[in-house]
Amino acid sequence: MNRRQAWLFAAATALVVMVSQPAWAIDPALDARNYAGPAWSPYLVGAGIGVLSWLTFYFSDKPIGASSFYATVSGMIGKALAPRHTESLDYFKTKPPKLNWDFVFVLAAIAGAAVAALSGGNIVNEWVPDMWSARFGDSVFLRGGFAFAGGMLMAFGARMAGGCTSGHGISGTLQLNVASWIAVICFFIGGAAVANLMFRV
Amino acid sequence: MVDPGKAVKKTSAAERAFISPLTGIVAGIVFGFVFGFLLQKGGVGTYHILMGQLLFQDWTVVKIMLTAIIVGMIGIFPLHHFAKVNLHIKPTKLASNIAGGLLFGVGFALVGYCPGTAAAAVGQGSWDALFGMAGLVAGSWLYAEMSGTLKQTIDKVGDLGRLTFLNVLPLPKWAVIISATALLTGFLLVLEIFTVH
Repeated sequence: MNRRQAWLFAAATALVVMVSQPAWAIDPALDARNYAGPAWSPYLVGAGIGVLSWLTFYFSDKPIGASSFYATVSGMIGKALAPRHTESLDYFKTKPPKLNWDFVFVLAAIAGAAVAALSGGNIVNEWVPDMWSARFGDSVFLRGGFAFAGGMLMAFGARMAGGCTSGHGISGTLQLNVASWIAVICFFIGGAAVANLMFRV
Repeated sequence: MVDPGKAVKKTSAAERAFISPLTGIVAGIVFGFVFGFLLQKGGVGTYHILMGQLLFQDWTVVKIMLTAIIVGMIGIFPLHHFAKVNLHIKPTKLASNIAGGLLFGVGFALVGYCPGTAAAAVGQGSWDALFGMAGLVAGSWLYAEMSGTLKQTIDKVGDLGRLTFLNVLPLPKWAVIISATALLTGFLLVLEIFTVH
């Protein structure tokens, strides 16, 4: 076997091991497969999102994206509290915070998810997810603190990278954008590293 | 044949009237509603499904993303070829894409929701996502505060401009699109054979 074949073999083995998930897993309460699965097939949902992206490109000249919503909200708050300072910031000069397509898109997504959950009878209504409390207990403060800190890092990273799991992970990758493929691979490397530290160590 | 910027969508007066600000916003509401609906039905507003992906236990997220990419791609490129849509290519800035991507991933694992799926989580009553959303707003502000500096520094490292695999690979564009479709479909097949979820 030459070096190239060896690399390919190693990569293929790693993929199969990773995907098939043998017994190196753990406490059943920390295994996502022991909790309820999704309502619809991932292929149906994925195809739906793919078709939706045709429509947003065609009718709105917009790729699907979520993260800029949060930047707009932060800019709106900033404008209310310190208008001159907010307008002096580089990011808001190129992307002025106003009620736009991206803004209503995410708000409407909350409503869409609510209707989906109601129609399927799976309204969750909880402050701490079960798999989290199985590992870290049911303190809302601990959960909230982690979620807030994670949210901050995630938004900072999304703005640096130029998009999130929607803007890069779906809209960018489907246009075969090099930046998006790099970013989405880094999302999963960073995410898998920390998630495994949290749940497996 | 599918260069970004080459085929340019020409909008007629009638179409421009149709895409006036108000109808643009209305379209955003309709499309956002459908997006949130699909995310919830796909289970990706749920903490254990998203964390299960990062722990390699549940492959729902990757299955949804890959299917969306394949279906999206085989629609968008022909539409662009016939000048029905514009491409929206974000610039490749290696250092920022990589550093930002890794930071995003770390945050993603801590929250358990991403910016879009947090909306789906709140919609289905996973209230912890509200803390994540507050953090997202705070983090966006922090970035805006630093945006001037970052633009002058890290953004310039490995700045390659707007780049797609269509112009990077030495192959005809149709061949790149077909191979990408085949490769991603193959990966989905592997997932379907070896995974339960």
